[in-house]
Amino acid sequence: MSNSQQQQAEMIRRTDAVEAVAIERGLIVPSHLDQFTHKVEEEWTQSTGAAIVARAWVDPAFKQRLLANGIAGITEMGASMPKHHRHLVVLENTATLHNVICCTLCSCTAFSIIGMPPDWYKELEYRARVVRESRTVLREMGLDLGEQMEIRVWDTTADTRYMVLPYRPAHTEGMSEAALAALVTKEAMIGTQRLEPAVQYGPAHA
Amino acid sequence: MDGIHDLGGKQGFGKVRFSPAPAGTAIYHHAWELKANALSGALVAAGVFNMDEYRHAIERMEPRHYLTASYYERVLTACATLCVEKGVMTREELERAAGGPIPLALPAAPGRGNRPEQAFAIGERVTVRNEYVPGHHRLPGYIRGRTGTVVGVSPPYPFPDSAAHALEEEWEPTFDVRFNTADLWPEASENATVTVGVFRSYLSKAG
Repeated sequence: MSNSQQQQAEMIRRTDAVEAVAIERGLIVPSHLDQFTHKVEEEWTQSTGAAIVARAWVDPAFKQRLLANGIAGITEMGASMPKHHRHLVVLENTATLHNVICCTLCSCTAFSIIGMPPDWYKELEYRARVVRESRTVLREMGLDLGEQMEIRVWDTTADTRYMVLPYRPAHTEGMSEAALAALVTKEAMIGTQRLEPAVQYGPAHA
Repeated sequence: MDGIHDLGGKQGFGKVRFSPAPAGTAIYHHAWELKANALSGALVAAGVFNMDEYRHAIERMEPRHYLTASYYERVLTACATLCVEKGVMTREELERAAGGPIPLALPAAPGRGNRPEQAFAIGERVTVRNEYVPGHHRLPGYIRGRTGTVVGVSPPYPFPDSAAHALEEEWEPTFDVRFNTADLWPEASENATVTVGVFRSYLSKAG
């Protein structure tokens, strides 16, 4: 076996051991994995956040309610957050302002709304660098904001969760809410992507 | 504690290993990762440990182990550590079940209680107390002693410095405090603001 295969085998043994003893002690039920898998695959997906973003784009009164009280806003849309996520702040991107979220101390996100965080969000590089050199980090990740765009980084250090409300691209005028939701990515709700053409915000933009 | 987990602003790291992922891309690369994540949720739901204890157990991993472990290895290590520390299983039976060693995090130092209630208003300038605590806290080192502006306030949360150590605590709000990067890393950062959710006990009015 290669080193990596050995490592995986080792982690399987350790994880199975904790699970087996926890079930034997009656701390958790054997179906815990199926329940969690269902949540991750069916409930905690980015489509929840995408639907909220699309609604905010087409319904200004909803957007105001969402910005004023994130949890009340998502509840209107039938979404929810785990008990320990007690507050949701929605950060609106504009043509001249860009928000991006991170968690330098661990890897917190509003996962029940925007989906489980991607690998890179949990990696040391993003956590260490994005607070200090956001413009460079975003450019390296394919989002060149130029020098004029105001950048606000949000570090998720407490039980408040943040999500970015992406700026609605101009060319989407007249599209249906469902078609709009299909444009919204997890990266756009984290803030490492914008949805309008780069020429409208990037270095070429006067 | 000023642990290895407190990464914000640390230099020397390379590029973020990023590739654009289509919707529905698998978050878990191995079945054990999903299981480790499920276990952490189930054990919190069962009341074996709380979220603050869980985060602190990850932070208490031996630094070399922390840095080389994958995210889900850290998750699993915290679960195993807390199950043993809480006395719901022994290390020996875990290692017997695993057929080999299970590295655990190092023991915790003492936690602390809240400060007396203080009020801060939106728009007010506040300074992060220059405090060093041995136990758990949710204060990134890069804002310690720095001054910023309150831009938001949360409902009350369990106070991590107490909750991670099974101490009686009062819940308290956090304040979203906005800092200029130039005040955090003078002449050594890119122009932006960083907003951090800061527990009330960590703050004082700017002098």
